[in-house]
Amino acid sequence: MKFAYYPGCSLHATGRAYDESIRSIAGLMNLTLEEIDDWNCCGATAYMSVNEILSFSLSARNLALAAKRGLPVVAPCSACYTNLRKTEKYLAETPDIKRKVNEALAAGGLRYDGGVVSKHLLQVVVEDVGLDKVRALVKRPLVGLKVAPYYGCQIARPFPMEESVENPVMLDRLLEALGAVAVPYAMKTVCCGGALMGTREEVALRLCRNLLLCAQQQSANCIAVTCPLCQMNVDTYQGRVNEVYGTSFNIPVVYFTQLMGVAFGVGAEDLGLNRCTVPPTALLPTGT
Amino acid sequence: MKRLQPTVLYEKSLDLDLLREISHVPGIENVKHCIQCGTCSGTCPVSWAMEDTPRKVFALVRAGMRDRVMDGTAIWTCASCYYCSVRCPQEIPITEVMYALKRRAIRENREKSRNAQTLSREFVKVVGKYGRNHEISLMARFLMRTRPFTAFREMPIGMTLLRQGRLPLAGHHIRDIESLRRIMAKAEELGGTE
Repeated sequence: MKFAYYPGCSLHATGRAYDESIRSIAGLMNLTLEEIDDWNCCGATAYMSVNEILSFSLSARNLALAAKRGLPVVAPCSACYTNLRKTEKYLAETPDIKRKVNEALAAGGLRYDGGVVSKHLLQVVVEDVGLDKVRALVKRPLVGLKVAPYYGCQIARPFPMEESVENPVMLDRLLEALGAVAVPYAMKTVCCGGALMGTREEVALRLCRNLLLCAQQQSANCIAVTCPLCQMNVDTYQGRVNEVYGTSFNIPVVYFTQLMGVAFGVGAEDLGLNRCTVPPTALLPTGT
Repeated sequence: MKRLQPTVLYEKSLDLDLLREISHVPGIENVKHCIQCGTCSGTCPVSWAMEDTPRKVFALVRAGMRDRVMDGTAIWTCASCYYCSVRCPQEIPITEVMYALKRRAIRENREKSRNAQTLSREFVKVVGKYGRNHEISLMARFLMRTRPFTAFREMPIGMTLLRQGRLPLAGHHIRDIESLRRIMAKAEELGGTE
């Protein structure tokens, strides 16, 4: 199974552990990830508020590069995933946007006519690899581990990966396949604040507080995430949430790929578990 | 929280062009069919931090109260979580409308749009330099331009990330940065769709 891998900028920096854990488990699943050669930033959400054409052109360049290889794209970052899907949709539905984007791409010797399928990594794991295969790879089932499945916004909306927009279950099923308990998590698709952590911190902190509180009420041992921005907000800013709200949350926030790696018997270092701000003690082998 | 004040408006102060100016957004015509049900405001995880909630924003846009929309906090509080968009019974692409309103506010250089303008400008500079986002450069540039005297408050988080190897100091540009720069320059020239 071969995909064009689009890690996105965060996976080389704040979300490095996501990239490390993906690379450590992909081979076990017979998943060949061919990194898109010379990829660029997807434009995040910042470009959208200034210049749509610029934003679409950035994603279109990545899609054009993937089209050359004739492979579907897999993106682990939810924001990258949404931007790829959105660009594909607008180019297909709005001829004026397509014309302008291609005019911009032509300046760099590229052209994109559409047709590349983009998927989020969670979807590839559940649908393409399949849960049977995942189950077969589990060496160290996560028995007794209670996990809050946190999908975040942008894999659930506006381009949902499964039928129910309100209650996605892919991550729940995956966690169960790893032997863990997916606790009922009412906030599973509620926003973490995203980029507001940089522009309106007090708003984002309250959203993170709500996410943590809901996980705590369900006695979750950790929160599983699918997006580097969610991970940073809920994990690295957890101390700030505690300062502002007088709480004492101490809930590790880990990528679903890290949990997969632990269940597959991959070492903690290879999964980047040492990069968490709240140490994921329950996941580390005893004695470390 | 501001006290409720009755607002008296004269017809000549209304500006009905706003809706037309953002009319390129696919599906925007549905704004005319907004039934003011408030599903958006009830769904929005951050409506409590807005002066005017999303439902009100649509009423204001239709009524022609341009300044109140453009100078309000609502459009800058939207986190683009798309929850309202998938629940709206009239299928208004609300998040896209918010983006379109942000772009108008930036174009009109409204005061509340300055932070977003700075962030976007610095983001474009960083991506134009490297082809990718270099988080530490972006945060440093943004903080120094928006709140240089309180930027130090971000130090503990920055230090934590550095210690965890999550904030590489050196940026590396992509191989074909020249062609990306040409694409970006052309795209900037072609502008938005409005």
